[in-house]
Amino acid sequence: MANDPRPNEWPLWEVFIRAKHGLSHRHAGSVHAPDGDIALRHARDTYTRRMEGVSIWVIRSSDIVASDPGAAGPTFEPAESKVYRHPTFYIVPDHIKHI
Amino acid sequence: MTANEAHFDYVLRLADDGLILSQRLGEWCGHAPALETDLSLTNIALDLIGQATLFLSYAGEMEGKGRDADKLAFHRDVTKYRNCLLVEQPNGDFGRTIARQFIFSTYQYALYQQLSSSTDRRLAEIAAKALKETTYHAELAAEWVVRLGDGTEESNRRLKDGFEWCWRFVEELFVTEPGDAALVSAGIAVDAAKLRPAFDAVLAATFAEATLPLPKFPRPVTGGRKGHHSEHLGHLLAEMQFLPRAYPDAVW
Amino acid sequence: MYTTEMSKNPQLNKGAAAESPELVAAFEARVANDEFIEPKDWMPEAYRKTLVRQISQHAHSEIVGMLPEGNWITRAPSLRRKAVLLAKVQDEGGHGLYLYSAAETLGTSRDEMFEALHSGKAKYSTIFNYPTLTWADIGAIGWLVDGAAIMNQVPLQRTSFGPYARAMVRVCKEESFHQRQGFEIMMNLSAGTVDQKAMAQDALNRWWWPSIMMFGPPDDNSPNTAQSVRWRIKRETNDELRQKFVDVTVPQAESIGLTVPDADLKWNEARGHYDYGAIDWEEFWAVVKGEGPVAKERVKARTDAWEKGAWVREAALAHAAKQASRRQKDAAHG
Repeated sequence: MANDPRPNEWPLWEVFIRAKHGLSHRHAGSVHAPDGDIALRHARDTYTRRMEGVSIWVIRSSDIVASDPGAAGPTFEPAESKVYRHPTFYIVPDHIKHI
Repeated sequence: MTANEAHFDYVLRLADDGLILSQRLGEWCGHAPALETDLSLTNIALDLIGQATLFLSYAGEMEGKGRDADKLAFHRDVTKYRNCLLVEQPNGDFGRTIARQFIFSTYQYALYQQLSSSTDRRLAEIAAKALKETTYHAELAAEWVVRLGDGTEESNRRLKDGFEWCWRFVEELFVTEPGDAALVSAGIAVDAAKLRPAFDAVLAATFAEATLPLPKFPRPVTGGRKGHHSEHLGHLLAEMQFLPRAYPDAVW
Repeated sequence: MYTTEMSKNPQLNKGAAAESPELVAAFEARVANDEFIEPKDWMPEAYRKTLVRQISQHAHSEIVGMLPEGNWITRAPSLRRKAVLLAKVQDEGGHGLYLYSAAETLGTSRDEMFEALHSGKAKYSTIFNYPTLTWADIGAIGWLVDGAAIMNQVPLQRTSFGPYARAMVRVCKEESFHQRQGFEIMMNLSAGTVDQKAMAQDALNRWWWPSIMMFGPPDDNSPNTAQSVRWRIKRETNDELRQKFVDVTVPQAESIGLTVPDADLKWNEARGHYDYGAIDWEEFWAVVKGEGPVAKERVKARTDAWEKGAWVREAALAHAAKQASRRQKDAAHG
């Protein structure tokens, strides 16, 4: 915790919850906690009080590496010109089935 | 005491432990050391009040005198309450609250493990459901014992003080009452004395991790199961029962 | 309903001069287009400050709001009522937590926000500075205060700041039972004994005016409303929301035989709304300033909880640090 910007505060954790089996974990919110085990408890007590989940992940917020919104252009726009990655790009006659 | 009375009495003990402890935990709501901790303590209180309601409803039906769960909760005086002395102890600081919770939930976990195979199917069902909740309470309390015990000098001292307050009430959890023998041999009740080794094992493991020395248990104080309580319970009930007592004709 | 503007002249525009007009224009266009702004996106400093103030004030209101209702947890008159009240007050703690988290994404820590609350610098909803005297007050708070809150919060699910909007979605979903349980308590009391009905009417008498004050000062005295509406961090004005609240609540009171304590209250056919009497704004501003009947108790309760919890928070951090260094040692000797 030596590199923690606020050494006297419980660090922030991001909470991800799998709502039911077969689904991906989804960001639910955050909690403060002194360590990972307690962060899991806090996540459970905060975000699954109404049967919202079957599995929880927590990760220190400071450990998340995020893309830069200022670079959203170079990061995401190149994908816009690659429509051939989508099935609707290809024309198949109606009478051809199962494709 | 008839067999039915003993059975009723046994169910009341289970109910009153949860009810009184949930009342105490409810006092924390809005005042805990951190927002997240507030939510954790309230969750335990909610589980316990749910368990107590199930046990009290069953006790009322068994008694057959028309008393429902609310009647039993709000219209019994101190000497008719059957909870252990531990749960009625005032919250003190967070250290004492955690000490009390750790002792109680560790005991209750061992108890429900056994009770979920009771020959009394209703008790077995409630215990099986409650066991999942209590597992969580016991784990959470143990985690906090470790953090407070190992944390700072102050937290270590406060936690020890909390346990010092509680140790005299541990023995009572494992005492067998006069009416219990028949219930135990019928497979209805759990032989409380037999839960002690499991309790001691968890205590030893948790205390080792928490860097706490094992306790020397003082002379036990008992009596809760007979209705001989501490002075604290009367005040707790005065507060809890005030409305139904002040407005006896009202329905809420 | 915890998002009322309470500072008459907040200093928001310091540093604004340095902001590039192109960035500001692009930002305004995104907001006008109902796009969501995310924490790392560029935003004007005034927007950030307004949001931190509004969201933290909202969060403070949730956790201070736990106190008047928490006052009755140990005295709830049945097991069911006790469980429901515990769950409800706990929800408010959760909502405070979601909101603090949303505000934290803007770079202000929860501890800093707590300090502002404890020092009296930060505001919270005026309504929680009134005492809960009887069980009926728990009904009145659920019915009136949560009812007002829903009116304010539902539109905020579409507010321009993403984390705030998402927090509000969760809050609104969870709060749907709060108002109903309050109304149920009032309905039950009104249909009960003479004493119970009197208790319900007394609670309505005491909570009605504070409830409609909760929507904040009238629009002509609410200087930042226009900007906040433009920024989509407020979606309807104080007076619009207040009118909506009065219009839906008066028939509810009548339906359970209670009388709204306002001699001037009457249906205005031409407007299609209820006209209501003059609000005591002097009282409102006094309560905003911290002169409410139990304001001192509320702030003291929060400050005490925080100070008495300090050793617990420190201990948990100390343990985490020890664990980390133990792991390092193990790894070194591993």
